[in-house]
Amino acid sequence: MFARLSEPGPDAVRIVVDGQDVRARRGDSVAAALLASGLDARRETAVSGAKRAPYCMMGVCFDCLVTIDGVGNRQGCLVPVEDGMRVELQRGKRETSR
Amino acid sequence: MTAPAFASSHDLVVVGAGPAGLAAATLAAQAGLGTLLLDENASPGGQIYRAVTTTPLPDRALLGPEFAQGGALVEAFARSGAAYVAGATVWHLDRDLTLGVSAAGRAALIKARRVILATGALERPFPIPGWTLPGVMTIGAAQTLLKASGMIPQGRVALAGSGPLLWLYAAQLKRAGGRLAAILDTTPRENWRAAWRHMPDFLRSPYAFKGLKLTREARAGTRVIANVTALEAFGEGRLAGLRYAAGGKRGELSLDALLLHQGVVPNVNLAMAAGVAHRWDEAQACFVPTLDAGGQSSVQGVSIAGDGAGIGGAEAAAERGRLAAVAVVKALKPEASTPDAAAIAAALAKAMRGRAFLDALFRPAPAFRVPARDEVIVCRCEEVSAGDIRASVAIGATGPNQLKAYRRAGMGPCQGRMCGLTVTELMAQARGKMAQEIGYYRLRSPVKPVTLDEIASIQPDPAAIAAVVRE
Amino acid sequence: MSRTADVLIVGGGIHGCATALHLAKAGARPALFEKDYAGRHASGVNAGGVRQLARDVAEIPLSIRAMGLWENIADLVDDDCGFDQHGQVLVAESEAELAPMRARVADLRARGFTHEEMIDAAELRRLAPAVAETCPGGVVSRRAGAADPARTTTAFRRKAAALGAMIHEGARVETVRKEGRDFVLDVGGQTWRAPVLVNAAGAWAGGVAAQLGEPIPVQPIAPMLMITARVPAFIKPVAILRGRKLSFKQFANGSVMIGGGHLGQVFPDENATVLDWRKLQESARTVWELFPIMRGATILRAWAGIEGRMPDDLPIIGPSARCEGLFHQCGFSAHGFQLGPGAGAVMAELIATGATATPLDGLQITRFPHAGGLS
Repeated sequence: MFARLSEPGPDAVRIVVDGQDVRARRGDSVAAALLASGLDARRETAVSGAKRAPYCMMGVCFDCLVTIDGVGNRQGCLVPVEDGMRVELQRGKRETSR
Repeated sequence: MTAPAFASSHDLVVVGAGPAGLAAATLAAQAGLGTLLLDENASPGGQIYRAVTTTPLPDRALLGPEFAQGGALVEAFARSGAAYVAGATVWHLDRDLTLGVSAAGRAALIKARRVILATGALERPFPIPGWTLPGVMTIGAAQTLLKASGMIPQGRVALAGSGPLLWLYAAQLKRAGGRLAAILDTTPRENWRAAWRHMPDFLRSPYAFKGLKLTREARAGTRVIANVTALEAFGEGRLAGLRYAAGGKRGELSLDALLLHQGVVPNVNLAMAAGVAHRWDEAQACFVPTLDAGGQSSVQGVSIAGDGAGIGGAEAAAERGRLAAVAVVKALKPEASTPDAAAIAAALAKAMRGRAFLDALFRPAPAFRVPARDEVIVCRCEEVSAGDIRASVAIGATGPNQLKAYRRAGMGPCQGRMCGLTVTELMAQARGKMAQEIGYYRLRSPVKPVTLDEIASIQPDPAAIAAVVRE
Repeated sequence: MSRTADVLIVGGGIHGCATALHLAKAGARPALFEKDYAGRHASGVNAGGVRQLARDVAEIPLSIRAMGLWENIADLVDDDCGFDQHGQVLVAESEAELAPMRARVADLRARGFTHEEMIDAAELRRLAPAVAETCPGGVVSRRAGAADPARTTTAFRRKAAALGAMIHEGARVETVRKEGRDFVLDVGGQTWRAPVLVNAAGAWAGGVAAQLGEPIPVQPIAPMLMITARVPAFIKPVAILRGRKLSFKQFANGSVMIGGGHLGQVFPDENATVLDWRKLQESARTVWELFPIMRGATILRAWAGIEGRMPDDLPIIGPSARCEGLFHQCGFSAHGFQLGPGAGAVMAELIATGATATPLDGLQITRFPHAGGLS
């Protein structure tokens, strides 16, 4: 949905999204990295399964929820990417433990 | 991972590292108070100066000259001697000035002798049909992606709404090489009548010249549709397009991204959960805290500065931060020398000049604050519609809290940030009452979700967090 | 010019509203006065436990009667109140806790009460698969469950009004006094009179009683609760503990409520409570140990209601010892929700006939000789 004005160079970071490698830039939030990745990173709500994507990018809408390194319901827009980070998209009610 | 530097008690804790928080913490620390600044983002600047120290944009001038002012604030703060913890979410504050904070996956309870809340503003909800579709975001979100990640939206993109941010972002996007399919301006024509009497003050303010220049830059070569009175985003599982009504005509645009904005409102959650009294401000159509001139709220020891005290913009926020800090220094360390409060107040008045015009001109139309169509989702988290809420009013729900006996509106993770104002105004309209009488959700901590794990392992001594995280 | 009613009820929680409903059903004209809105306080914000387990023997007959009403709640109030009947389990955390549980169940059976059954580790794991492996068993009450407290209280209010009860919300009773045969209330510039008054004022019941010359030792408290984001279904019955404070319930929508009675600070005159996160930490720790599956759950909100607690944790349900026509229905000490529908039926009977089929021994004001009894 979003395109980078310049590609990450030495500041590139690799995250893994539902098993797939995604290139990001150090300083990106997880949500930003997902929006620029070209993947279908839509979430499904726990209420009705409706598709959602980030709305506010500042931690108030809670539509960017993802599971990061096994911890669920993280606000992707507030978590900076780190090399090797595992991101899982949330479809419906979250599993409580890994 | 670096260990957060919490002591168990501080003279002053400032929450929020936007202009108000940075200015307040800087002044207090310079006066010799033990000051801690907490902010949930990875770097300082708040929203308006988001990523001011870290932006990957090769040409920061693209964002405009005001952005650089944020850099100066951050530098002054860095030299002040105040402690700073990034990535720290404050989820609890009470009348005993106990704060609940989480950082690096650990929670702590800390005490302060004084607290300044500088948690700023968030975008006013914009409940149009289809606003929950992937592909619909706020303009603020797009601007954050530009500043913090150097990204622009792809494909057919439209901006819709009202207020200076539309024109600022449109100009920034153009400078970055982006294109817009259209700008749909929902500013009600009749607002000009109300704004007119504030025009002289506005013309004397810095906004006038800058605003005019920006608007001209943004408009050049862009399709602008004015007097928009209805909007409907549509698509199956993602945005496909937008239908609109403007000046009696109807139209439709095929879109990949729709960016909405109709002003910002105070982010009240932490203040309200702490018991701070708020009142409805009719001019700004939102709830604002009741404060004295130094920012002191109804809760002894808690002050509020910046847009959280009432929307005023970045420069006013910094001055309010300084006024609040001066009051705190006078209370805790009267012998310390502080800048002259009268001079700061004068600077604040100057920064606020022109605000009344902007407030009046860009006051969102009631039709965009309270959706007429029943199927529009009002509470995004719990998927409660306008019709659901009206039906509950019809069978006796009198306010947002009593509504919880019928519907789950406001009970999701956002704690009303996306729906509170809509619910209040919708119920006021349905009951024929004033928003002040209807009131707002009763907010409680944690104002941001915390994990059971974090709460179960709250450290007895916050300094022990350092030891645990270092393991 | 006074307004009149058959019965004045002070307090619009589940008890006031249930009494109003049962009185209206019997053809009486009650007038209820609630200073905020029905269910604003304890009745509307509790954990929703519809519990028979672990009650003092004095409450059991009333609890059994109430459970009968819960099982047909939709017939009574035209709303199912979100009531589910997946049972409640009292979980033993150690062998040492099982012995007193066995003794109690035997004692109850000797008294003719069969609603509590001992269960072994296998049955415990069948009912609550997610409970820690170290728990050796416990007690189950199969007929019990949970409901939505705000929805329930609202349903009672609406049905009572539909049956002719005069329900006044936002109506703070300023003064209450006895004049001759009548009780007189001053509320919002109006005066109301009736020969019968029910004190169902919860945490504020002490003030009402004192004005009528019969102080009752009720103290306001603020029991705290937490609720989590939705998680996939993993437990049906409500779980409670004996040794530590915990009540634990997963709703149909997946969210999990964690209660147990840790107290925050209460400021009843301000309708305000302050949460004590150190104590909530104990609740979180208890859940963390008992239900490992919950360790990654996110807490979305915590809160505290304002409730009235008696020194012996038993309510007062019955006539005043000093003042003819005055009835107390208060002091439920954080476990009155399940009793509400039954207490309302009992109170209506007491008012109409002077007697009730449900034994209320041990719940009378006379057990406080210096408070309610003749001095």
